[in-house]
Amino acid sequence: MVQRIDPDSNRFRQIVRGKIKQNLRKYISHGELIGKKGKDIVSIPLPQIELPRFRYGSEQKGGVGQGEGEAGTPISLEPGQGLGAGQHPGDHILEVDVTLEDLAEILGEELELPRIEPRGERMAETAKDRYTGIRRVGPESLRHFKRTFRQALKRQVISGVYDPEHPVIVPLPEDARYRSWKSRSLPEASAVIIYMMDVSGSMGHEQKEIVRIESFWIDTWLRSQYRQMDTRFIIHDAVAREVDRETFFHVRESGGTRISSAYQLSREIIESDYDPAQWNIYPFHFSDGDNWGGEDTAVCLRLLEEFFFETCNVFCYGQVKSAYGSGQFIKDLKERFPDRERLLLSEINCRDDIVRSIKSFLGKGR
Amino acid sequence: MTATGLTAELAETAAEIRRHAKDYGLDFFEVVFEMLSSEQINMVAAYGGFPTRYPHWRFGMAYDELQKGYVFGLQRIYELVINNDPCYAYLMKGNSLVDQKLVMAHVYGHADFFRNNCWFRETNRKMMDEFANHGVRVRRYIERYGLQAVEEFLESCLSLENLIDIHSPFIQRRAPGREEEPEIHRTQPARLRAKSYMDSFVNPPDAIEAERRRLEQETQKRHKFPEERQRDVLLFLIENAPLERWQKDILSIIREEAYYFAPQAMTKIMNEGWASYWHSTIMTEKVCNASEIVDYADHHARTMGTQPGQLNPYKIGLELYRDIEDRWNRGRFGPEWESCDSAEKKAAWNLDVGLGRDKIFEVRAIYNDITFIDEFLTEEFCERHKLFTFEYSKQSQAYVIQSRDFKEIKQKLLFELTNAGQPFICVEDANYKNRGELYLYHDFQGVPLKADSARETLAHLFKIWGRPVHVETATDRRRKLLTFDGSRHEEKFIK
Repeated sequence: MVQRIDPDSNRFRQIVRGKIKQNLRKYISHGELIGKKGKDIVSIPLPQIELPRFRYGSEQKGGVGQGEGEAGTPISLEPGQGLGAGQHPGDHILEVDVTLEDLAEILGEELELPRIEPRGERMAETAKDRYTGIRRVGPESLRHFKRTFRQALKRQVISGVYDPEHPVIVPLPEDARYRSWKSRSLPEASAVIIYMMDVSGSMGHEQKEIVRIESFWIDTWLRSQYRQMDTRFIIHDAVAREVDRETFFHVRESGGTRISSAYQLSREIIESDYDPAQWNIYPFHFSDGDNWGGEDTAVCLRLLEEFFFETCNVFCYGQVKSAYGSGQFIKDLKERFPDRERLLLSEINCRDDIVRSIKSFLGKGR
Repeated sequence: MTATGLTAELAETAAEIRRHAKDYGLDFFEVVFEMLSSEQINMVAAYGGFPTRYPHWRFGMAYDELQKGYVFGLQRIYELVINNDPCYAYLMKGNSLVDQKLVMAHVYGHADFFRNNCWFRETNRKMMDEFANHGVRVRRYIERYGLQAVEEFLESCLSLENLIDIHSPFIQRRAPGREEEPEIHRTQPARLRAKSYMDSFVNPPDAIEAERRRLEQETQKRHKFPEERQRDVLLFLIENAPLERWQKDILSIIREEAYYFAPQAMTKIMNEGWASYWHSTIMTEKVCNASEIVDYADHHARTMGTQPGQLNPYKIGLELYRDIEDRWNRGRFGPEWESCDSAEKKAAWNLDVGLGRDKIFEVRAIYNDITFIDEFLTEEFCERHKLFTFEYSKQSQAYVIQSRDFKEIKQKLLFELTNAGQPFICVEDANYKNRGELYLYHDFQGVPLKADSARETLAHLFKIWGRPVHVETATDRRRKLLTFDGSRHEEKFIK
């Protein structure tokens, strides 16, 4: 049922959307939204949406309360239940809920991300009906009242039966118009993201936080592009292992780094679970660029060349700057594959680089 | 919206409660009850009770919050009453019968208050229609001038919504027709004729000098615009800002609605207290049967629940009425009572005069929250109800209890209620620096304005005034001038 409030509600949502868009870069680099995530929605704090007034600030104002306690006892100002809320205006921050779908759309608009075109041979067609057209025949349940009325009106005007003083419209069977549908085929594609992260001693808390924020946004965007999506997580130091999301972001290991171990494990996962003919595959690897030595790097390069470039949509490598890392790995990649379009590289020095990095990974539309 | 009337059972209940209310002497506009679903009642509440109001996204925002609060079980609206003749009251479908009874009794209390409290005397009792007319006009402007233009202008108006003179419906601030009086401005003091040797006695020089200074000041004042500080900033803008006709109309719509709602803000404690007094009286004395009394008590207790950080107007109001009733029943008032300083005698004081009911009926008619608290909040009451003042402590970064001193509590409470909790702001000078700039004056009462909000409000004011705008305010001890000139905000200390 259409409510009277709907236009105002929709307008409010539009405005919220605009505000989110305005502040998106801030949200991204602060990582505020992560952790506020429900199943499909994120609640976003929007301090500045309320209409400004000349009014007192409540901090300086204080007030009168009721209850036990001596001078100095702290009290809470949380609004309670009851017939009516109290009249303490407070400085509350509006929390608005946004679906991840909307958020992805806003991200796409703001960063001008192209929609991803899934690779051709992997498209499965699904048919979907939409009521868009009008026909002269059809079941009564689909009769379009307005169009039928209009048709009858037209006929009466043309034939001169219509009397503006006495506007009675009588539709005849030939006036009836019905809704009709068209079948549209939708491409349906599945995708898998494989996140790999270096958790060796040189990756500190801040580096992991950057990875976490960035992968949240990558996740949000890719999810909006594919109907079905899997995510897998691999951590590695000198050896690699598969973990769940929680562990991925929180574990702290130490020790050396052999990147090839992660690439090898990732290859095994793809080979066993994700047939490249059926899946769009996105490996993302984050590291501080320190590898065991030239020998291991050579193994990595060979794996990329022989396996990943053949099977994956793109292979993304993000190098997070850390105090201890040498940052050598990205240089090796650049040197070995100067113009490989399947390989996307990005250096992330600080949080403010996250936006640029997301754009360089996702801006190609693959 | 599809509101439905009461079911047969509820209609019968309503009639019964109405009868009891009448018997107790309540005197109300007829009440029209309508049943709404939770979504509908949240919607009506979002529109401030008037679903036919002008469209604006802030109502959508209010709805969003109410709806979320309802879905998460944080709050629910049991009732909404509209000050109108007839009085409209919305009940929520699906509430239990006891809840509906309580709410109906509560509504009759409000309806009586709306009709009899003198601060509501000047409100439009056909406001339901008026709000619908406003809605039609604003929609017409949207059609003509576009949603964006109208919405932005509405926002500017709304951010100034509280700058009205809430007492003005009862006072004549400006003498009517003064402009037409022939203007004779004397600039030199009048002297009486006198012989030269008597002149210094008949026209003493210092008196002449004082008079000359007074006249000078008056002349200066006459050149000032407005001549005197004007509290009704909205009216001043309607009359003097360079606005299109439709903009003036929208601004006057906002002003009219602000004045309509003002008495409700001025009597929140009294109004809710009065309605609660009557729902509890009618329910416990007349309506509740044995099987309902526990549910009633549960609901009533939740309504009266208190929290340390805020006063519950329902609770304070109800308890004050009861206290007044008790005091006037026992004759605990007047000079004899006041001057008695024997605690023992006071504790046993009972003249059994039985004037309580009459007194509270009188109180509900002629007081507002400020005079109500000022007159009837007693030290014993503060102690009994454990009132305290709180403040923000920078040290512990939290609000903490400050004091339980009666004087401080009363002062703080009165301050919160003064001007319905809004800062006093008036137009000081509309031709500041002789450049047509608008200078507002904030009558500083010890609490500074919220700075970021004030700056944004100035930006909105600029959109209406079209020339640079200033507001003189203060922080702690120093006067401060905030300025917005259309592109830049400025802040400086003055004098």
